[in-house]
Amino acid sequence: MSSVLYDVPGPKARRLSLILSIVGGLLIAAGLIAIFVYLSQPRVNAGGVAQPGIFDPSRWDILLDRALWRTVWRGLSATLQMAGVAAVLAIVIGILLSMARTARSGFVRIPATIVIEFFRGMPVLLMMLFILLVFSSGQFWAGVAALAVYNGAVIGEALRSGIASLPKGQRESGLALGFTPLQTRFSIEFPQAFRQMLPIIIAQLVVLLKDTSLAYILGYQELLNVVLKQGPTTFGPTYLFTLFFVVWAVYLAVNLTLSWIARLVARRTASGRGGGKSRRAARVIAQLGGAGMVGAGTTDAETGHEQSGH
Amino acid sequence: MDAIIENLPRFVDAFLVTVRLLVVSGVGALIIGTIIAALRISPVPALRGFATVYTEVLRNTPLTLVLFFCAFVLPQIGTRLDYTVAATIGLTLYTSPFVAEAVRSGVNGVPVGQAEAARAIGLGFGQTLGLVIFPQAIRMVIPPLINVLIALTKNTSVAAGFAVFELVAVSRQVIQLNGNATVPILVAVAVFYLIITVPLGQAANYLERKVRVQR
Repeated sequence: MSSVLYDVPGPKARRLSLILSIVGGLLIAAGLIAIFVYLSQPRVNAGGVAQPGIFDPSRWDILLDRALWRTVWRGLSATLQMAGVAAVLAIVIGILLSMARTARSGFVRIPATIVIEFFRGMPVLLMMLFILLVFSSGQFWAGVAALAVYNGAVIGEALRSGIASLPKGQRESGLALGFTPLQTRFSIEFPQAFRQMLPIIIAQLVVLLKDTSLAYILGYQELLNVVLKQGPTTFGPTYLFTLFFVVWAVYLAVNLTLSWIARLVARRTASGRGGGKSRRAARVIAQLGGAGMVGAGTTDAETGHEQSGH
Repeated sequence: MDAIIENLPRFVDAFLVTVRLLVVSGVGALIIGTIIAALRISPVPALRGFATVYTEVLRNTPLTLVLFFCAFVLPQIGTRLDYTVAATIGLTLYTSPFVAEAVRSGVNGVPVGQAEAARAIGLGFGQTLGLVIFPQAIRMVIPPLINVLIALTKNTSVAAGFAVFELVAVSRQVIQLNGNATVPILVAVAVFYLIITVPLGQAANYLERKVRVQR
């Protein structure tokens, strides 16, 4: 897109771009170095005790401690457990809701619409709290249920718009072949919609994984809680910064892997299909209410579609 | 019901805290996000690279972790922040890449033919962007931006875990005192959120119909 906005750069513009690149790069590097220098200075904490700088080896030797990695693994497995159970439930709920949402009977469709809209508009934390306090289900199931319902509603809406974006002929030819409406939905429309929306669903699973950290607020023993909240007590408060980086790195590694898979799937589905249809789907996705904060992948899938269309 | 009426002033205060979090970090995120989007489509590779890394890293970090950093890790390295300020900064940072992506996909969503036509009739880079691309892009960007703001509204609730007394935190306090009224209290809080999100959603739908580019 940006390439048509200006002429192919000539020698002057190329030189300017190079200079700007170097200047910009230097500015960014200078900023990073300034932060680095600031952080590496020894500081005095609130109690008046001098502490070594952030990059002092005494703050980082913990990385060689096996106990730390055991703790990280304990937290990560709790996080993945919650995410895994919630993801399966969310997809099931999403499929059911999308079916109900596209039903012909208003008695099914309208309540499903209300359910989807309501749950998509609620903060996940509030739902967790509700389930925890009202059903006294324990932190794990409160987290799982809230994540499943919320993300189920989002996935349901994605699937619905996937079904809606299919060409009308798909359904008509299904009916013309003598399938019942339900069979048409299950064996013709739904598989296509699911494939088309797979990148969105995976992106939503990244959101779900990120949101498991909300269970920390309920007191569930997940990654953030185990390493970052309790870690300073176990390993010593000077390690807080180090522990933060460990948790951050773990989250980034897991989420970026998932996002990368989403992008891969998006590219495959985009290349396997006509540009027009996936473009329409991309537009529908862009308008999807809850998708505002859909994690990585969505917009990439979108732009991927856009580019393949042109 | 009594518990709600009794504590109504507290809920209203908490609601105002939520609104303040939403407005301040919303404006901040819009500004930073637009700058990041501009960097992301700029012809200069270094700036583009920076914007890409910024977006990818922040989008894949849980909000809880961002807020934890602002509330508990930043004080360690010498910045004393009020918890509300810390939460506002965290929400701003977390929301900005989503704004950037919405803006960028809006600009990318303008068909290439528009830019090509503008170039063909002799408009320069600034004119092409200012007169042809942006007026169309803004229309496509507004509905997704409102969705980002709706998500931000919901995300302000996470600040409850970090010593900010907004709706969810206050509801937890009130529930501790009125254990028998848990359901009504939580429903009341849900209604407060709906007071913000429903009009925003309506506005998104309305604007979407109103400003749609006819092609």
